[in-house]
Amino acid sequence: MNEHISLTESTYYILLSLVTPQHGYGIMQKTRQLSCDRVRLAAGTLYGALNALCEKGWIVPLPAAEESRKKEYRLTDKGMTILKNELKRLRQLLENGEAIIREEG
Amino acid sequence: MIERKTVRKLFWVWEFEKEERWLNLMAQSGWLLEKVGLCTYHFVACTPGEYTIRLEMHNHDDAYIGFMQETGAEYIGRMVQWIFFRKKTVDGEFDIFSDIDSKINHLDKIGKMLGGIGGVNLLLGLVNSMTPAHTGWINLLCATLLMYALGRIHGKKEALEEKRLLTE
Repeated sequence: MNEHISLTESTYYILLSLVTPQHGYGIMQKTRQLSCDRVRLAAGTLYGALNALCEKGWIVPLPAAEESRKKEYRLTDKGMTILKNELKRLRQLLENGEAIIREEG
Repeated sequence: MIERKTVRKLFWVWEFEKEERWLNLMAQSGWLLEKVGLCTYHFVACTPGEYTIRLEMHNHDDAYIGFMQETGAEYIGRMVQWIFFRKKTVDGEFDIFSDIDSKINHLDKIGKMLGGIGGVNLLLGLVNSMTPAHTGWINLLCATLLMYALGRIHGKKEALEEKRLLTE
């Protein structure tokens, strides 16, 4: 697996939202809530990203429930690995930044 | 009686943002887009500022329209390859694209469509120029216009890609 992937903010929040199954609108709301209203996914952007992420096998659509036509998605094991690697990368970014800025005083 | 009006107006393909701005100005002044036809816009009287209008180039895709509706947008209609949506302003901000990558993708899609039709016209133009009827110039003229449009779209894309180089 490619160790050097860095996710866009949209991708990161979509994957994070899908640790528990969500439909499209749920992902948009969850992302807003997690980012304290800073990141707002627009529907067209989200739709394109969901299709691309399904193709990559990082997420899967769940079998649709009878009464609902809203499609739900969830993270796959592969998606979870990607997310954990990204977390490692972000931690390093943060530590490096803090260490150097602290030195600068 | 509900007031309605129809406006005929031509926007070139690279003016889709200008078209969207005009439709939103209309909505702000109390005329809501209700239906579209070829270079024709049908409006219905509304409370000024009640709706935000967005448009996008997208192939026929019912799943996509369903997805947009799930998020609170209303589908207005289609003009060739362009689809039009509206959403009540009380339901919050309405954009179709929220990051640079998806905006670049959208411009890419428009570019591919223009390049495709442009190429076909160029070919037809060359073939038709050799026939006795000499109608090839019509295709060549179309091809020139389409290539100009492609250039304008490419310019927009380059501006975004430059931004993407350092930020997302």
